[in-house]
Amino acid sequence: MASNKKYWKSVEELNPDSSIVDTLKQNEFVDEIPVDEFLGDKQSLDSSSTTRRDFLKFVGFSTAAATLAACEGPVKHAIPYVVQPEEIRPGVANYYASTIADGYDFASVLVKTREGRPIFINNHDKATVNSSANARVVASVLSMYDSMRVQGPKKGGNSTDWATLNTDVKAGIKNAKAAGKEVVFLTQTFASPSTSKLISEFSESVGGVKHVVYDAISEDAALNAFEAKYGVRAMADYDFAKADVVISFGADILGDWQGGGFESGYAKKKVPTHGKMNKHFQFESNMSLTGANADVRVALKPSEVKIALAKFYGYVTGVSYGGSLSEKAEEAVKAAAKAYKAAGGKAVVVTGIKDVTAQSLVLEMNEGKSEVFDAEAPLKVRSGNANAVASLIADMKAGKVGVLVTAGVNPMYTLADAEGFAAGLEKVGLSVAFSMKEDETSTKTTYVAATPHYLESWGDVEIKKGHYSLMQPTIKPLFDTLQFQDALLTWMGSDVAYYDYIKSNWTDTILGGSGWNQALHDGVFTSSTPVVLEEMDPEGEPVEMSGVSAGELALKLSKTSVPGGFELVLYAKTGMGDGQQANNPWLQEFPDPITRTSWDNYLTISIDDAKGKFENWNVDNGALDGDLANVTVNGVTITNVPVLIQPGQAKGTVGLSFGYGRELGVKEEMKTGVNAFKFYTDFNNVQSVSFEKANGTHEFACIQLHNTLMGRGDILKDTTLATFNDEKPEVWNPQPQVSLDHQEVPSTTVSLWDDFDRSIGHHFNLSIDLNACTGCGACVIACHAENNVPVVGKSEVRRSRDMHWLRIDRYYSAEETFIEDVEVVENISGLGESLSTFGELEHPGVNPQVAFQPVMCQHCNHAPCETVCPVAATSHGKQGQNHMAYNRCVGTRYCANNCPYKVRRFNWFLYNENDAFDYHMNDDLGRMVLNPDVVVRSRGVMEKCSMCIQMTQKTILDAKRDGRVIKDGEFQTACSAACSSGAMTFGDINDNESKIAELKESDRMYHLLEHIGTQPNVFYHVKVRNTEEA
Amino acid sequence: MIIQFINMKKVKHRNSASSILGLSLALLLAFSTTVFSQETDTAAAATETTADASVGAGDPVNGKKLFNTNCAACHNLDKKMTGPALRGVGDKHDKEWLYSWIHNSSALIASGDADAVKIFEEFNKTPMTAFPQLSEAEIDDIIAYTMAPKPAPPVPPTVSGEGGGEGSSGGIDTNIVLAALALGFALMIAMLYVVNQTLRRIAEANGIELQKESEKRLPLWKAFIQNQFLVIVSVILLLLVSAWFAYGYLMQVGVDQGYKPNQPIHFSHRIHAGDNGIDCKYCHSSARVSKTSGIPSLNVCMNCHKNISEVAETTATPDHSKEFYDEQIQKLYKATGWDAENMKYTGETDPVKWVRIHNLPDFAYFNHSQHVTVAGVECQKCHGPVETFEVMEQFAPLTMGWCINCHRETNVKMEGNEYYEKIHEQLYKKYGRKDFTIAEMGGLECGKCHY
Repeated sequence: MASNKKYWKSVEELNPDSSIVDTLKQNEFVDEIPVDEFLGDKQSLDSSSTTRRDFLKFVGFSTAAATLAACEGPVKHAIPYVVQPEEIRPGVANYYASTIADGYDFASVLVKTREGRPIFINNHDKATVNSSANARVVASVLSMYDSMRVQGPKKGGNSTDWATLNTDVKAGIKNAKAAGKEVVFLTQTFASPSTSKLISEFSESVGGVKHVVYDAISEDAALNAFEAKYGVRAMADYDFAKADVVISFGADILGDWQGGGFESGYAKKKVPTHGKMNKHFQFESNMSLTGANADVRVALKPSEVKIALAKFYGYVTGVSYGGSLSEKAEEAVKAAAKAYKAAGGKAVVVTGIKDVTAQSLVLEMNEGKSEVFDAEAPLKVRSGNANAVASLIADMKAGKVGVLVTAGVNPMYTLADAEGFAAGLEKVGLSVAFSMKEDETSTKTTYVAATPHYLESWGDVEIKKGHYSLMQPTIKPLFDTLQFQDALLTWMGSDVAYYDYIKSNWTDTILGGSGWNQALHDGVFTSSTPVVLEEMDPEGEPVEMSGVSAGELALKLSKTSVPGGFELVLYAKTGMGDGQQANNPWLQEFPDPITRTSWDNYLTISIDDAKGKFENWNVDNGALDGDLANVTVNGVTITNVPVLIQPGQAKGTVGLSFGYGRELGVKEEMKTGVNAFKFYTDFNNVQSVSFEKANGTHEFACIQLHNTLMGRGDILKDTTLATFNDEKPEVWNPQPQVSLDHQEVPSTTVSLWDDFDRSIGHHFNLSIDLNACTGCGACVIACHAENNVPVVGKSEVRRSRDMHWLRIDRYYSAEETFIEDVEVVENISGLGESLSTFGELEHPGVNPQVAFQPVMCQHCNHAPCETVCPVAATSHGKQGQNHMAYNRCVGTRYCANNCPYKVRRFNWFLYNENDAFDYHMNDDLGRMVLNPDVVVRSRGVMEKCSMCIQMTQKTILDAKRDGRVIKDGEFQTACSAACSSGAMTFGDINDNESKIAELKESDRMYHLLEHIGTQPNVFYHVKVRNTEEA
Repeated sequence: MIIQFINMKKVKHRNSASSILGLSLALLLAFSTTVFSQETDTAAAATETTADASVGAGDPVNGKKLFNTNCAACHNLDKKMTGPALRGVGDKHDKEWLYSWIHNSSALIASGDADAVKIFEEFNKTPMTAFPQLSEAEIDDIIAYTMAPKPAPPVPPTVSGEGGGEGSSGGIDTNIVLAALALGFALMIAMLYVVNQTLRRIAEANGIELQKESEKRLPLWKAFIQNQFLVIVSVILLLLVSAWFAYGYLMQVGVDQGYKPNQPIHFSHRIHAGDNGIDCKYCHSSARVSKTSGIPSLNVCMNCHKNISEVAETTATPDHSKEFYDEQIQKLYKATGWDAENMKYTGETDPVKWVRIHNLPDFAYFNHSQHVTVAGVECQKCHGPVETFEVMEQFAPLTMGWCINCHRETNVKMEGNEYYEKIHEQLYKKYGRKDFTIAEMGGLECGKCHY
């Protein structure tokens, strides 16, 4: 019943006549070995100036030289500390609690350091708010070791020193004040109590500073609505762990909506417990991560989403609102309203529409009704003010600004009106950019004030009201840097360091008698008594909204006109965010969870809209090519934007992601994509757009059709909640049967091999719950960081040579089962006709259901790879792990060919210290991030997931040394530790008390390709969708 | 010296009719070994200058004993250390003052005694430990010891330090023996030739026709080549032997057993771990908890060497003089930036670039703490009798075979370790025995060391 769906991985597969899909299914090698190409070219062979004799001479000479050079071993040196710091022991990792607050990502983290070098960012287990590190946060450690960082203060491109800069700025501020001009700070959202206090003190000391807060990707509407209602410029918090019903109108709650960090709560309710799970309706335009996880997803134009929200309010309150929606959408809204009403306080409605009216309506609907909603302790991670930024540019152009200091922002890149800003900047007397890079902005300012990375800085953050966290340096600053706050203290003439400033501020106002050292150790502090902090009001007038009733708001919304043309919806990609970390190769190579495309941004378009205009096609090495378009918004045109056909994209809309198209401060390889901020007029992510086909072809680094499973299905199992509750597990999770002596028996009972007794000692298993997995990809980056996985670059990714040990397969389900289900339940007899109409309307792929499936080495007990290795480089351990001895591997690649899961990765090149792969492993700075416990593999060696054997071994060795029994939860892999949604659980199944042993007994448990009898040590849990009324 | 003649078996040639030349082949193998007993000179006995008891009635011999037990940690006779140099201290202060100072210096300082305050100020206000347990007579003994005149510098050892190791004590060089032998043989051959010639001439003179055997005789090498069996056997033998040597050569590539590089500071494990019995893990403390044993940071050296600025006379060996060792300590001071005069750090450091001896390849994971703390393996098992090493060297081959062998032979130490309790019980139930080697516990799996 459940698993008869046809799953497909690419639009191409839906085309029954596609020869490429067939070819790829049949081809063992995606690439033909280009022997003919090389030897067949007689002309170039003849014209070669190297004769055979010369060649032999070279070979002979180099062999002799190499032999001679090898006669003497190199002398290696070891230099110990002169005075060894007490807390450092060579070979033992230290952990420090800290906080990232780069203006876009805010999270409490645990930083792993080795010999004084931060090498890994973990989730912070003690923190209660934003404790989950997403892919960008995990990757942020590499951004510190960025060779493009500015290494000291600069003036006009030349190095200078801090004394000069400080003196100049002090004089500049004095002069500006004397001339009656303004001193302006344009900063990111710091959400820092100490910084706020410091800025207001500084302002007092110099007689007034204008502080403009600016978020690259704005939450202005949500902030305005909240401010109007509650008087505080913040955003409501939502605890989705309490939500039975989630109705979302364009809110990417699993992405970066309101600063992100909601996935762990959301995923808790997504796992069916006692036959219940949450129900999630998503009304959106782009196919977002949230939409992919929703039970019911309705693709609408942004303007229609507004109408849908009004109508939803109408159905809830029993008032009817106008505005036209398609019948299908209308039904979905009705169903949503019904579910919403039924759930009472356990329901919540959220919106990501950048419109104050919509935001206010949602606040009105949740206030006092929803348990999920929390306006008492709101989120402070965004506070940018669009109006203030606009008026600042006007002031700058008018020559009213004497001194401009920017910190943590890059307006020349992130502002739509970058030209206006540049024009204004020319009229500013003195400008200083606190920046880690010589980027688009800091190259235009008088001074570049080199600022440290957050792992080198002190700081404090109030992510949510009353929830404080501390940022502490985990390494001595790599370069001659000064953080913004320290500079302010210097300019004030104070000789207090910012660290002491925070400490005294915390002791006086926040800690309330608790110890500073304990707070610093924990990294987080929750204040039991409300703290009133003296904060300077940032610039910008609050929006007057109070007094308007919800009904009026809804009425206003319902009158939204639906434009006839295309609407462009700008969004932030999971990997790249607002583009601060564009020079991070891990993030560039990170495949987008939805499109599975890396190294690019692109215009996403629906299948229907693309028909006849734009095409995507697979070339015969399995890579994806596509057409280009010239896109125009408000008279601004970006040429040659690649077009990607995206199933689930709302008709009449196109999507384009921020964060790409960086020009300065990034390596040549990282200059990818186009800058979507140019379209971000008035901080509105919805714009009307026109586009036309451009000449040429774009080559995507998309891993869609790669690693096909050779046409073998039954990989991803899913079912509906009703089936799950009512039927026996055999129905929705059938065991594959094989024929033994002409009898159908379960495949698990048949084996070609004898089994080992693994009952003594540890036996590791990894459990992956497809319900809890949101596809966020934090595990992919964590695996990269932990295991020194190389980055291969765009062209190699196109050749299926990406090295990710852990991939997250994304499957689209062709049938839109939920529509029929909903209809059948709600209109059992009434709307038979419309049902058939819907059937006709729906093409497979227009609005598909999506499932994510992380796949890594399955560590089969009967591993096909092990039996074919001619040199026994891969073998099995008693603890269940499939070992890979790199130094033994000779690179035959038999194992990869024999692996049914296609999880083995071959080092086609030397990826470290090789100029052809100029990523982090090619410079000394970038190599500092390498994990010293894991070997860096060389060319010609096969590699794969080791189930983080270095981590399991470490746990065992520590326990042996301490002479204690290992507790459940101590065993972790990088991916399971990084998974904040709880989808991945790792442990020892020989420990009967452990969670993993319990999960293995679950009815939902199944193995990948069970019928081939590989007996994997990784198992999955059937995905249950709450598409029907349970 | 042994000279061996090995008579090889006669080989019959089917086609060699004459047996005159079919003489036995003799192969001369000369092994020459010179074994000289290498008498290690025990270090020049320190001259015990027992000075006449010129001052007071103290007993300098007892005084020396007391001095070494109570005072030597902070005082030297001729050098400023934590406290002042003490030679001739009896002349500087009167006895009563000394008694009260030694019994309780703080009280004396507190009383405002000018001398006492001066000394206290001079030595960074470090109060001297009070010794109320010393009787006045004992103090007299110590003073008597300190009043002894400075001994003349010791006579340098007669054997020069440089040539000591080669065993030059009286033996005739092997080369000379060999040369003499070679000369003897050459003479013998020449004489035989002369005799042969003379005999021929005599024969000729006597008109005896010498048989021209050489024409009939097949040359030996030709005979050898014609015997195919022999050729095949010798080729196979040759191949096997060369394969054996090639294998032997290749297997030692990268094996640095016995690697004994010169270090920037001549650090003698013999003196530290041997003579002074310092536990290995006092300096290599990381070995207990970390995968690396840790090269001690220089502040660990300075724990002791703040007060030990020179070695004792008895530490010197024929190879290395006292001055040589003292110079090494000075190198340490330079590296740490220690100003021995003023007893403080200058802050100018110059980290030591030791030459790394044990180089395990990156792809092999080795954890010291597992062997040292968990298994309780003696450091000496892998590193050799380090306490006797003047110069540190690589004792074990550090090859994978060497690791594996030990893992095959050694039992896992499970008693008293709570981690193993349950596992041991299960194993006992299953196999009915109590001891399991590391190999049986999965210690040979690739992934245990390679990841």
